[in-house]
Amino acid sequence: MFDSLLVANRGEIACRVLRTANDLGIHTIAVYSEADGGARHVELADEAVAIGPSPAAESYLSIPALVEAIERTGAAAVHPGYGFLSENAAFARAVEAAGATWVGPRPETIEAVGDKRAARDVMAAAGVPVNAGGPVQAGEEALAVADRAGYPVMVKAAAGGGGIGMRIVDDRDQLVEAVESTSAQAERFFGDGSILLERYLPNARHVELQVLGLTDGRVAVLGERDCSVQRRYQKVLEESPSPGVSPALRARMVAAIRAGAEHLGYRNAGTFECLVSGDDFVFLEVNARLQVEHPVTEAVTGLDLVAEQLRIAAGEPPGFDPDAVDPQGHAIELRVYAEDSKRFLPRPGTITAYQEPTGPGIRVDSGFRAGDAITPYYDPLVAKLVVHGADRGQAIERARAAVDGFVIEGLTTNLSFLAEVLDDPGFASGTYDTGLVARLRG
Amino acid sequence: MTEMRAEMAANVWKIVVADGDAVAAGDTLVILESMKMEIPVEAEAAGTVTLAVEEGQAIDEDDLIATIQ
Repeated sequence: MFDSLLVANRGEIACRVLRTANDLGIHTIAVYSEADGGARHVELADEAVAIGPSPAAESYLSIPALVEAIERTGAAAVHPGYGFLSENAAFARAVEAAGATWVGPRPETIEAVGDKRAARDVMAAAGVPVNAGGPVQAGEEALAVADRAGYPVMVKAAAGGGGIGMRIVDDRDQLVEAVESTSAQAERFFGDGSILLERYLPNARHVELQVLGLTDGRVAVLGERDCSVQRRYQKVLEESPSPGVSPALRARMVAAIRAGAEHLGYRNAGTFECLVSGDDFVFLEVNARLQVEHPVTEAVTGLDLVAEQLRIAAGEPPGFDPDAVDPQGHAIELRVYAEDSKRFLPRPGTITAYQEPTGPGIRVDSGFRAGDAITPYYDPLVAKLVVHGADRGQAIERARAAVDGFVIEGLTTNLSFLAEVLDDPGFASGTYDTGLVARLRG
Repeated sequence: MTEMRAEMAANVWKIVVADGDAVAAGDTLVILESMKMEIPVEAEAAGTVTLAVEEGQAIDEDDLIATIQ
C-alpha cells in the first residue's frame, strides 16, 4: 500500500477519501484554496498544501498548482475524488509524470469513454444495447438521424456532463435550432461543439452499475443504483436495489456491462449509466471515477470502494471475493444541497448550527460543520445522508426520520424537498421515473 | 424605478445588456454564476437599464445588480 496519498479535492468527498486513507494508516495530504483554509478536509489530513485562489480554475482545476503540491510533498499517490480534474486524462498523466500513482482508471480509458459518442461505439461493439441515434452535424443530417430514431429526441453535447448541454426536442420544427444552440453551448462549456442525438425515452429510469476493474484484469460488477430522482438532470436521491429492475433484467444488465467493461480493459472504479424502460435497457455513458452516490453500493455490499480503489492502484488483490458479492437489504442516499426547495436555485451561506442525525443504518458523509461557509465558488452539496434498512420500506422510514433529525441552521437547504420526495406515494410505490421531480413541481 | 437585486451570493459571469439600453420585461440583463450554475437575471419591468455591476465581480445576496427606469 502507498505510504502517502494526496487528495486533489475538497468538501465531503475529500473528507470521505481521507477517512479511509487515515484508517489504512496512509499519511494523508489535503489541498485547499483560499476559501477553504479552515475547511474540514484540511483538518482531517495529516498535512495540507495551499494551491491558490478561491475560483476553482485557479486552484482545484489548476494542473500546475496540483503538480507543484505533489512534487513538494512527495505524495506517493493521488486520489482525484469526483468532479474537478477526476476525469481529466491530462491530469492523470501529469500525476504519473510527477512520480505519483493515479488512483483511478487509466488515462487511455478516461479518454476512450470521455467522448460519449466513442463510448457508445465501444460498448455497442461489445454487444451492449445502445440507444437509437448517433452523432450529427447541424442541419439536414440531424433531421435524417432524428427521423430514423423517432421523436422525441434528446440533443446532447458529446463532451457534456452534469446536465449541461442537453435538450429534448418533440418535433422536426425545433430540431435544427436545438442542435445549433446546444452545439454553441457545448463549445462554450466544454470546448467541443460535437452533438449526439438519441431517441428520448420519456418514462425511463436512470439506472447505473458500479464496476471495479481489478488488478488481475477481472471486472467486478457490484449491482445497480437507481438515480431517477433528478432536478435539472442532476441527481437528488439514489437507491439500491432499483425498484424498477427485475432479477432477470439485472442479470442481463450485469452480464452486458461486464462484457463492455472487459472490452475496455477497465481498471479501477467506474459507473456505467443506463436507461431502463420497462424490461429493456440501453447504455448511456461511463463515469470514469468514483461517483458521488458510491455509498449506496457500500451500504448494501459492505465494501469500502475507496479502499478497493487504493488496492487496485497499488497493484494489490481485492479485499473481497469478487465471486461472492451478495448485496443485503436496501440503501437510499439523499443529497443535502444548499439550495431552495421550490426552484432549486443555489443558496450560498454560513452554517450557524449543525447536527447530523444518528441511529441504526444511518451514515452521513459531510464536508462541513457549524461556522463553515458554503461559498458560491463550488458545488452546492453540503452532505450525503445514507440510510440502510432490511428492506425498502424500512430504509424509507429511517430516511424520513433522519431527514427530520438533520439540523442545519443559517443556511437554506433542500431538506424539506427531500422529505417531500420520501412522502410522495409515487416514490413510495417504487414505480416512479425521471419525471418525478417535474411532477412534484408541475 | 425597478431595482434588480441578487437572489444569492454569486459571481457576475456575463453582462448581456449595456448601460442605457431599452429593455422589455423578461429580457436577460446579466448572467450570474453560483455553485456551478448559471442564473440569468431577467428584467422585471420595461425601461432603460442602468447597471450596478461589472463582469467578474463577486456580489452578495441582496446586492443591487441594475435599476430599470
